[in-house]
Amino acid sequence: MATPDDSEVLKAPYALQYTYTRSTGPVLGHFFAGLMAGRVLGARTATGRVLVPPAEYDPDTGEAVEALIEVGTAGTVTTWTWVDAPAESAPLSRAFGWALIRLDGADTAMLHAVDAGSPERMATGMRVRARFAAEPRGAITDIVCFDPVEAS
Amino acid sequence: MSIPPTPAGPALEFDPPLSPVMRIDCPVRLDYTIAAGREQSRFLRAMSRGHLLGRRCPECRKVYLPPRGTCPRCGVMTAEDVEVQPRGTITTWCVTNVPYEGQVLELPYVTASVLLDGADLPFYFLIQGLPADQIRMGMRVEAEWADTLGPTLDSIRCFRPSGEPDADPASYAEHV
Repeated sequence: MATPDDSEVLKAPYALQYTYTRSTGPVLGHFFAGLMAGRVLGARTATGRVLVPPAEYDPDTGEAVEALIEVGTAGTVTTWTWVDAPAESAPLSRAFGWALIRLDGADTAMLHAVDAGSPERMATGMRVRARFAAEPRGAITDIVCFDPVEAS
Repeated sequence: MSIPPTPAGPALEFDPPLSPVMRIDCPVRLDYTIAAGREQSRFLRAMSRGHLLGRRCPECRKVYLPPRGTCPRCGVMTAEDVEVQPRGTITTWCVTNVPYEGQVLELPYVTASVLLDGADLPFYFLIQGLPADQIRMGMRVEAEWADTLGPTLDSIRCFRPSGEPDADPASYAEHV
């Protein structure tokens, strides 16, 4: 009954998959609504700092933030890394840069993808601008990625 | 026009007003490659030939199905393949009445721990062929094999009542 391959260990692919539905809360709820409208909202704290993405509480003091305000859709890369082989779940299917981007008017940086084409086009201090999705659905993916802004 | 006030304080004015997004979907996915291991690979290959292959401990003589390479009670390597019968006794059971994501079976349905004849470890199977409210401990069931067998648990479609009299509780009391 035994066959030559009987000593081999069987292997099979197995995917563990689940979709969580998260409530957003009042601050992120408006942040995502802003993204749907092509605008980026930050949270202003009592000390005047602007957090993007917005938090409900000032991480320095623990106090509730004071207001949601609009910031720019362009900003500056503060640090970055390059992804040569994007994973299935990556925002872009071609090689891209992950970057911390401080949007104009914000005091904190936000992690997002930069579609720079090659790592030679990435630099700390480079200017980038958000590319919004054609069909927004109220999620961080409403910003498809950021595009480099060429110096004029 | 302004967006509704938030606990964050005065809201920014927008025209048209923004309506907050209350929920977002966050898909989580992990892709594994499962290796069955030596003993369970033999077990799965035997299933593709219509056999159930357990593994006996040389010390306590218990037969594990699915087979294990070592006996968790005695801590020694199992040494002997043992064919187990595709019929057995229900030791515990569960009736599922509530629908859930990915559910394919018609509700209500029954799953049960089945102590196969010749095995010392109950195995979880789908039970078909009787109204859910007639399931009981001690009921005798037999395997219904799939039309196409393969190295997978799907080779057994389900277990069905065999028509034999219920088993004596003493025969499975140690395995509940």
